[in-house]
Parts: sequence; structure tokens; C-alpha cells
Amino acid sequence: MIINENVLSKEEYLSYNLRELYLGFGFKQYKMSKFEEYDLYAKNKDFLVSNEVITFTDTDGRLLALKPDVTLSIIKNGKDETAEKLFYDEKVYRVDKGTKSFKEITQVGIENIGNISDEEVSKTLYLAMKSLEKASSDYILEITDLDIVSELLSCYNLSKPAQKEILKNLSSKNAFGVKSVCESEGLNEEEIAVITSLTKIFGSPKSVKNSLNSLKVGKSVKSAVERFEKIIENLYKLIPESDFEKIRIDFSVVEDLRYYNGIAFKGFILGAPNRVLSGGQYDNLMKKMNRTSKAIGFAVYIDELAKIRSKGDK
Amino acid sequence: MKNWLNVALPKGRLGEKVYQMFEKAGFPCPEIKEGNRKLIFENAEKKVRYFWVKPSDVAIYVERGAADIGVAGKDILLEYKPDVYELLDLKTGKCHMAVAAKNDFVDDRNRTLTVATKFTNIAKDYFAKQGRVIDVISLNGSIELAPILNLSDVIVDIVETGATLKANNLVVVEKFTPISARLIANKSSYNFKAQVIEELKSKLEEQTENI
Repeated sequence: MIINENVLSKEEYLSYNLRELYLGFGFKQYKMSKFEEYDLYAKNKDFLVSNEVITFTDTDGRLLALKPDVTLSIIKNGKDETAEKLFYDEKVYRVDKGTKSFKEITQVGIENIGNISDEEVSKTLYLAMKSLEKASSDYILEITDLDIVSELLSCYNLSKPAQKEILKNLSSKNAFGVKSVCESEGLNEEEIAVITSLTKIFGSPKSVKNSLNSLKVGKSVKSAVERFEKIIENLYKLIPESDFEKIRIDFSVVEDLRYYNGIAFKGFILGAPNRVLSGGQYDNLMKKMNRTSKAIGFAVYIDELAKIRSKGDK
Repeated sequence: MKNWLNVALPKGRLGEKVYQMFEKAGFPCPEIKEGNRKLIFENAEKKVRYFWVKPSDVAIYVERGAADIGVAGKDILLEYKPDVYELLDLKTGKCHMAVAAKNDFVDDRNRTLTVATKFTNIAKDYFAKQGRVIDVISLNGSIELAPILNLSDVIVDIVETGATLKANNLVVVEKFTPISARLIANKSSYNFKAQVIEELKSKLEEQTENI
């Protein structure tokens, strides 16, 4: 069958392209029902992008929800014995920040569950770059390592509320804010400088090499940084040199540490004001849901991509 | 669009002050001083475009990517919590968020406190931290009238010199968060225009060091 591209809307065209990409990389499509038991989301409320869920009672009295997320269902329904490489193209239901009412969103993404090696992490980053490329050649992938951040914070014995405050300020690159939290926690100047440097580290892996080195203040942080460098090196082997500049190391990518760990990343496209792709390793969520496997995945926000004005608008 | 830097500035005194800082930092736009009613000003040579917007709207323009960077008060950032980078404290437009009431106000903890404010989220956060139940009355201006007319017990508002309060027989009960103007950036634009934004930021930072 030959598909006439003109028939497809921008969203359909993109999700078609992404599905083709993931199939080519050996991922299998995961199809799911529109509903899921509400309980699943109630237990993991903070993992959801928006806390609100559309619920209704089934004919037998069970409380169901229109799914706001796909990842939780995939984890719930999988088994630890089998490694899984899945992709999905589903509608999810979330509250829109602007209108504060529910909205149907198309989400395409992958989940890679099993014994995830560092090489596998690099491959996922590569696939994220490939996904962004399908939408535009003007893209940037911001990558962070949450282990570096959390090891660094814990090695200075910062209190939990202070850590939370620092992460919040880190996500908005607010050096001043990070500094004032550190000061109120009684850290010395040298320690403050190391932590605030996180807000300033930004750029290609090569340009931030020295800054990353200066983070190696303790044994655990050092090994986290070294692992991070290895993952980036492996990623370099997968992509042409012309794409090196599309990678940015950026510690302002912050995810909830109760669910995420290790590598986290966000994708941006010129002309789209919000991230169009986001993902990372979520071993902590797996543990929370009594799974022993490791996992990494990402989602592409097709609705954000569709918002981009076509060329010549501006 | 790719090479232009779009800057949203808050209309009014603060915006004019901040524009001076931008000009000094090497991003002038002479057109802006002509004092006409235009809203958008461009400098094609420097590839910078300024526009004046309502101060409380700056964060929206930046968050939505209509402006790459902008200047917004910390009060606006605390109230609306936009998803933007907060790159620099410009140390100008300094004031405080404060609770104020009539001169003879006595706090009765047995009653629900009624609070009139423009900043409902900030007020809620502040009193929630004290475990206090409040009733919020959301107003858009002339907040000082509320306690005088017994519409509310107290107000939560920004206080600079306290002159307006004094003229209306109001006093500050407690100052809490210090407020100043912040340089904010859209998270996506920052990636694509990082070099110019960082250049501007460091030149602005030099100026704030003397303040």
C-alpha cells in the first residue's frame, strides 16, 4: 500500500514516521485499552504530569480512569523474566495548563525494560535524537545525570527540604537561589561553589569536560561522573560528528528523584516553546511497583510539535 | 526569527530602568526613546527586538516563547510559577512582599483571617506555612481600600517605601519575601540562542555588582 502523505495531518504524519523508526529498531507496538483501574494512578499520583484523572464507575462498580499515562500500565502489565522493548502511540487525557480543563493528547514513546546496560542507555539517547530529527533538523537534546546531582547533594549532608529547594532552583538555572539555600544550610564557600556550578554547566560534552571534572568531590560522585562520561562517549560512536553540537549537557533537567535516577533528557525544537520530548531512566519507579528490572524510556509530545507554526510565519 | 533576540520588558518605570541596563550591556535600540505609542522596537543591526507588555504578562510571553527573554518581578514568578529559566537577579525594582493592616488591627486567631490581595497564590502559601486558615479575596488594584472598608482584615501586597500604606493609616504587620526584577528566559529559546543570552547576562551581571 502506498500512503499519500497529503492525506495525513501533521500529527498523524509524525506519529507514522516515529512508529516506523521504532519498528526498525526492534521495538514492538504496545496497544492498550483507553481505561485502566483508577487505583494504579492513585498510588503513583506524583509520577503523572498532571494530578487530575478522569474517572468513572464501570457497570460492575469498579472505579476506572481514562488513562493519563502509558508508562505505568506498561510496567504494571509486564513481567520481570522477559526483557521488553515496546513503543506506543496512544491518546492520553490530561489537564491543560492554560484552560485548566481535560484535553486529549497524542503521545508516542518507547519503553525499554530489562537489564539495561550503559550501552543500552546510549542507544536510547541515540533513538531520542533520531526521533527529534523526524520533526526538525534544528533540534537540541539536553542531557543530565540525576545520580551526579543526588550524590552531590547527599555528600554534603543537606536536609531533605533544602535538597528539594535546590532542585527547584536548579531546574530554573537560578544560581542565586541555589546559593542562598546552601548558605542557610551552613555550607562553606568551596562547597557552595561546587553546587552552584551545576546551574552554570551547559554546553556540548566537550566544552563542559573541565566543569564535570571539578564536580568529582567524593568517591560516589566521581564514579557517577565517570559513568556519565562513558555513556556520552558511547553516544558519540553512534552519531555523525555533525550531530555532536546538538547535544547539551544541562543539569537544569530535573526529574522527581522518587521515580527517576541516572540519565534524564529533554528534547527541544526551534520554534516550539516547550520541550517536545522527555525521558530518562526510571528504576526507582520500577522498585516502587515491585519490579526488579531496570527501565529507560521517553515520550514524544506530538501536540507540542503540532503547535509549531509552519515556515515563513515569522 | 532564528537570529533575532526577542525581549519582553515590563511597561512602566521599572521597564525603562531595565532598558537602560540592556542598552549599557550593548543591546541599544534608539527608536525606543522616541516616546511614541509603538509597542515593538527593533534594532536590525544588533538583531534585537524589544516590546513593552503589562508587567504581569512578561512571564507568559516568555513561557510561551513569544519572547526569548524578559524581565519580570520575583512577585510574578512566585505567583504564577511559570516554567522558565530565572537567570539573574537584576537587583533593581527592589521591594518586599508584606502583610499589612489598619493601625489598630489585633490578630484574633479564633477567627478565619480574611486577606485581600492581587497575589492569591503567594498569600495562600504564606499562611499555609503558618497553619492558618484564611479566606482570600482576589482584587486587581487599590488593595489598600479593603481593610479600610472592612472588606478584609489584612492585605498581602508589595511594599516599596510604605508611603501609600502610611497615607491610608495602614501599617506593615510582617515583611516576608524580598522582591526584585529577574532576567528570565524561555527554556527552548535558551538552547538555540544560548550564546547571545549568556553574553547579555554576563554584561548585566557586571552592572548589578555595583548596586
